[in-house]
Amino acid sequence: MDVNTKKMKKNAFRVTKHRGFTASRIRVPGGYLEAKYLGMIQNIAETYGNGIVNITTRQGFEIPGIKFADMPKVNELIQPIIEGLDINQEVLGQGYTASGTRNVTACVGNNVCPYACYNTSLFAKKIEKAIFPNDLYFKVALTGCPNDCAKVRMHDFGIMGMTLPQYDKERCVNCGACVKACTKKSVSALATVNCKVVRDAHKCIGCGECVLNCPTGAWTRSHEKYFRLTIFGRTGKKNPRLGEDFIKWADEASIIKIICNTYDYVKNYIDPLAPGGKEHIGYIVDRTGFEEFKKWALKDVQFPANAEINTPIYWKGIKY
Amino acid sequence: MGYCLDQAGFNQILNEWSKEYFVYAPKLFKDGGSFSDTDRIRYGEIHTVEEIVFDRKSDYSYKEILLPLSQTLFFFTDDMVKEADLPKKGAVILLRSCDLHAVKRLDEIYLQNGCEDYYYKRLRDRVKFILIGCQHSFENCFCVDMGTNRIDNYDAYIEMKNGEIYVDNHNDVWKPLFTTYSRRTPEVIPAYATENKTHIHIPDGITPDIAHSKIWDEYDSRCINCGRCNFVCPTCTCFTMQDIFYVDNGKVGERRRVWASCMVDGFTDVAGGGCYRKKNGQRMRFKVLHKVYDYKKRNGYHMCVGCGRCDDICPEYISFSNSINKLDAAIKEVSINAVK
Repeated sequence: MDVNTKKMKKNAFRVTKHRGFTASRIRVPGGYLEAKYLGMIQNIAETYGNGIVNITTRQGFEIPGIKFADMPKVNELIQPIIEGLDINQEVLGQGYTASGTRNVTACVGNNVCPYACYNTSLFAKKIEKAIFPNDLYFKVALTGCPNDCAKVRMHDFGIMGMTLPQYDKERCVNCGACVKACTKKSVSALATVNCKVVRDAHKCIGCGECVLNCPTGAWTRSHEKYFRLTIFGRTGKKNPRLGEDFIKWADEASIIKIICNTYDYVKNYIDPLAPGGKEHIGYIVDRTGFEEFKKWALKDVQFPANAEINTPIYWKGIKY
Repeated sequence: MGYCLDQAGFNQILNEWSKEYFVYAPKLFKDGGSFSDTDRIRYGEIHTVEEIVFDRKSDYSYKEILLPLSQTLFFFTDDMVKEADLPKKGAVILLRSCDLHAVKRLDEIYLQNGCEDYYYKRLRDRVKFILIGCQHSFENCFCVDMGTNRIDNYDAYIEMKNGEIYVDNHNDVWKPLFTTYSRRTPEVIPAYATENKTHIHIPDGITPDIAHSKIWDEYDSRCINCGRCNFVCPTCTCFTMQDIFYVDNGKVGERRRVWASCMVDGFTDVAGGGCYRKKNGQRMRFKVLHKVYDYKKRNGYHMCVGCGRCDDICPEYISFSNSINKLDAAIKEVSINAVK
């Protein structure tokens, strides 16, 4: 058997422990898909796989037990899923053309969740469109609010929804619900002064608890959607660590630009001898220094007026 | 007298009114909902008929115009007091039948319940009401059972049909305006809801013993005492006072009155640290019985007008109408216990 494993992996087929058998990896940006695709996935698993579908940790499907020889047929069956999920595909009909950059994951977001500050699925799709078919090892995740159910701080780029609370003191009756919620569930950014509420803008993390708990609509959400961008969290062997805050009150455009800029930075600085051409971005930043990364990352980025840039960044984590 | 106007014509009238009145109507506040990408319908000043939301119930009532959520009554310093200025103009309020019935309750409390409330009266005296027709009932409405689905003591009635505005005017002062800007003068009969999906039955045999029923207990844990039911209610009239001294200059301050809620912590706190209704079930009991029992004993008609906003807004899905419908069982329960 003569198979180019490098090409095969790039085509989103895994080299498994069972010789001659692969697993097809279907990525679902933002974990959001129409139910009709589940039937197609079932069909692939039952026709060419071993009848099993694994729900991956990155909101994709992995279909194991596929013979190497059947990969072209699987790619044919995957085609409507790729098109339906609007995946960037360089060559039509031949499956995924990149798999190094991992599926952009997201919590359920404001399609369903009351806490979410934005539509995580839509933004995940926008990022997917902007960064694929890049093949570099990037992990991006989105979460609707600072609860961080999507665990975005364990990703290279973590995007956390925020709203800038708007206070109409004429509608405030001093019931205390916002102050209580902020103190007990969030960061104690609210205080009562003269029977009205004062927000500490520096402390506020934009979680929206004040809005959610206000019974009169004195607190409302900003029309603009804002985000906290955390960078270079990672799991792995050497130095697992949580991502640190980079930008507070970023917008969609600035985040997409920063991620795209980082691809240029990585192409320039990645260790040419990195095994499998794969190196966590954070280790590259450890090598070049944060300032060099920042120079590349912020090139031509336009931030909202209230954006705060956290610099320099020092990471913690466990060092082995 | 009935009139039919096109939108431009009605906007001309709104423009004329704006010299003398602020015109308030249910309008859409984009992104104004609690959750992201949700809107809110509540009262706000309007300048064109296009801004008026006819096809949905407002989350909050017209009440906030007559009774602002937070109203500065006067300012004080040393030995001087200055009364807060009145709004520059009077108000025209567009509202549905249930809400216009609710105005009677507000008047009862603020004008007839002992001495007249000066701050209420000076706003109230300059208000005109325009009835919005209800072609159908909305979710959770129970106006029919409360007898508040129809009313005729309006200054004018308004209805939007096929892009045209139909008006029945009762206010002689406005007659020349409507005559000038109307296209036709058809007969206009107010539309009203004749049927609700939600039904309530208020039993006759309620006695104070009902306070001992077990029906209230479930609300101890279900209710989160946020007060939304009170704040959206067109008939809740409770307020509290705030005397504050400005932070920059502690010699100057103001007195405000702000809405209070019998569901929210602090409402029954008294000097010495007492609190009459600690449990949420007790607060629910107080509210329900006030709306459909003890207010009537004093005034001869029920306080609740059946708008259903409390059901619409409750984040814990507690239904006020359903709690009314439990009263029958509660009466039986306490009467059996009394026999024992």
